[in-house]
Amino acid sequence: MATLTSAASGTPEAASGGTGAGKAGRGAAARRTDSERLFNRVTLGVLIALALLWLVPLAWAFATSVRPPGELATNPTSWVADNPTLANYREVLSAGRIPYWYVNSFITAALTTLLSVFTASLAAFALSRLRFRYRRPVFLAILAGVMIPPQLLMIPHFLTLQATGMLNTYWAVILPQVPNVVAVFVFKQFFDGIPVELTDAARADGASWLRIYWQIVMPLSRPAISAVTIFVFVWTWNNFLWPLLAVTDPQMMTLPVGLTSVQDAFGLPQAQLMASAVLGALPLLTVFLFFQRRIVEGIAGTGLK
Amino acid sequence: MSTAPMSTARTTTARTGTAAGQAARTTGSRWTASGMLLPFGAFYVVFLLGPLVYTAVAGFFNGSLVKGGLGDWVGLKNYAEAFGAPEFWSSLGNTLWFTVLTTVPLIVLALALALMTDRFSRGKWFFRLAFFAPFMLPSSVISLLFMWIYADEIGLAQATVKLLGGQAPPSWLGDPNWAMISIAAATVWWTVGFNFVIYLAALQEIPREVHEAAAMDGAGPWQRLRLVVVPMLGRATTLVAVLQLVASLKVFDQIYMMTNGGPEDSTRPSLLYVYQTGFTDSRTGYASTVSLLLFVIILLISLVWFALIRRTEKEA
Repeated sequence: MATLTSAASGTPEAASGGTGAGKAGRGAAARRTDSERLFNRVTLGVLIALALLWLVPLAWAFATSVRPPGELATNPTSWVADNPTLANYREVLSAGRIPYWYVNSFITAALTTLLSVFTASLAAFALSRLRFRYRRPVFLAILAGVMIPPQLLMIPHFLTLQATGMLNTYWAVILPQVPNVVAVFVFKQFFDGIPVELTDAARADGASWLRIYWQIVMPLSRPAISAVTIFVFVWTWNNFLWPLLAVTDPQMMTLPVGLTSVQDAFGLPQAQLMASAVLGALPLLTVFLFFQRRIVEGIAGTGLK
Repeated sequence: MSTAPMSTARTTTARTGTAAGQAARTTGSRWTASGMLLPFGAFYVVFLLGPLVYTAVAGFFNGSLVKGGLGDWVGLKNYAEAFGAPEFWSSLGNTLWFTVLTTVPLIVLALALALMTDRFSRGKWFFRLAFFAPFMLPSSVISLLFMWIYADEIGLAQATVKLLGGQAPPSWLGDPNWAMISIAAATVWWTVGFNFVIYLAALQEIPREVHEAAAMDGAGPWQRLRLVVVPMLGRATTLVAVLQLVASLKVFDQIYMMTNGGPEDSTRPSLLYVYQTGFTDSRTGYASTVSLLLFVIILLISLVWFALIRRTEKEA
């Protein structure tokens, strides 16, 4: 931030200095445009080439997934299917468990997100609006939680859920993923920006803090809620290590964990494996296409602002 | 910045109010605050803080999944074993090797892509789609894609090398010298979009006038980049580097699926070592010791992240 702030405060002088120099150096600017245009063209070429390269793995998976098994055997590395078919998808969807995994992933990710958003926003509201002793230490203690990597807690998590008999249930997948420190941080940042006059006025009218949270602050916090919802949902949907341990019953697996068993247990032919991969990619790719701007802003905002 | 004067103003108003009213307000607040913090606090204690303490304690016992419970006190025996185990050191070495292989390109490439994209006002959505979309995918999809691409004989990667005139391309995932590099390349493809997006946002914060002023002063595109733009991205770079280091040190998913640590343990990272000792060998005590050692390493790096967040929080 230090660099950004100093740069921002330095802007007015830099800009005014620039206009002065501009009047004097118009000839130099004209000479520069040619090289600048060439530079831009080269950049654009490199960028497009890289972007296309980046699309290769997904395109390749799709190209493989629509080829009939016989074709794949004779010429494995071909981009074109002579007789494109959706048979691999039909096969995987009817014989495999992918539909179950979709449902399991959706339920666990949605419930985790709901609980995360609710608990984090309520805590953040208390930290932002209420005055109580140890407020600062409590907040710092919560923030310090970003330094605890949940992956390293797999053993105690496993023992806890085993002891309570919850392994192989949705709750086993959900509960350890609920406490989300970054969500508290994002909510508190947002709540701090809501004018105190608004909540103080409601307070003077005799509204309880809980009511202020639910009826005033939360409705004003749609941007924060949607940012947190999207990133917690995506993170939970994609989480791998914990659901791998929590669930061993194939019927109860989440999509990412289930997809590994496709490789191990069923020994499917490549075209069907790629059809599974494409089906595994589809839900979040769709989410991304719909919420591209939100997601990108969410990521940029979480870390930087 | 803005919260500090506001909160002072609020305390002054509170002080000028009647003593009784103020007392009612603070006691009311205290109970409300506890109640509002309770749901999050309960999850935090049961699933973050508690397990961390448990891990620290269990590292001094010989607990196992078979017998259950903490097991018997063994003092520093687990630590002595970890420091003497070649597997511990090799997995740590593999983790660091993966970290080097991914962190450097993930920062440099993301920055380069963002700088190039930032030059164009149209078509940004296409580049964002191409570079960021893979980041949305689950690790198992990435693994399936790249196991097919890296497959011996029939895979796209070997076929491309042959097409370009290479004689005998290596077995990408089967050769101990290449397996980690191949996994790192797949990881760069998968996650570069995240850093790209952060850099792109940071670049958009740089006011237009700064570019123009530098251009007017006679700086060419390359000079402007090196002397004006890159130095202004210091904060974004710190953030990206810290997040990247922490993520790389915790690498597990794609390695578990693509090679499961092989060939010859050449790709087994620390977290897979924890998983294997804890759940394959059922030695939860020893696995806790290794977890704690790994935690200490990650903690040192996360402290920088924590400091960043705190500073942001104070400035807001």
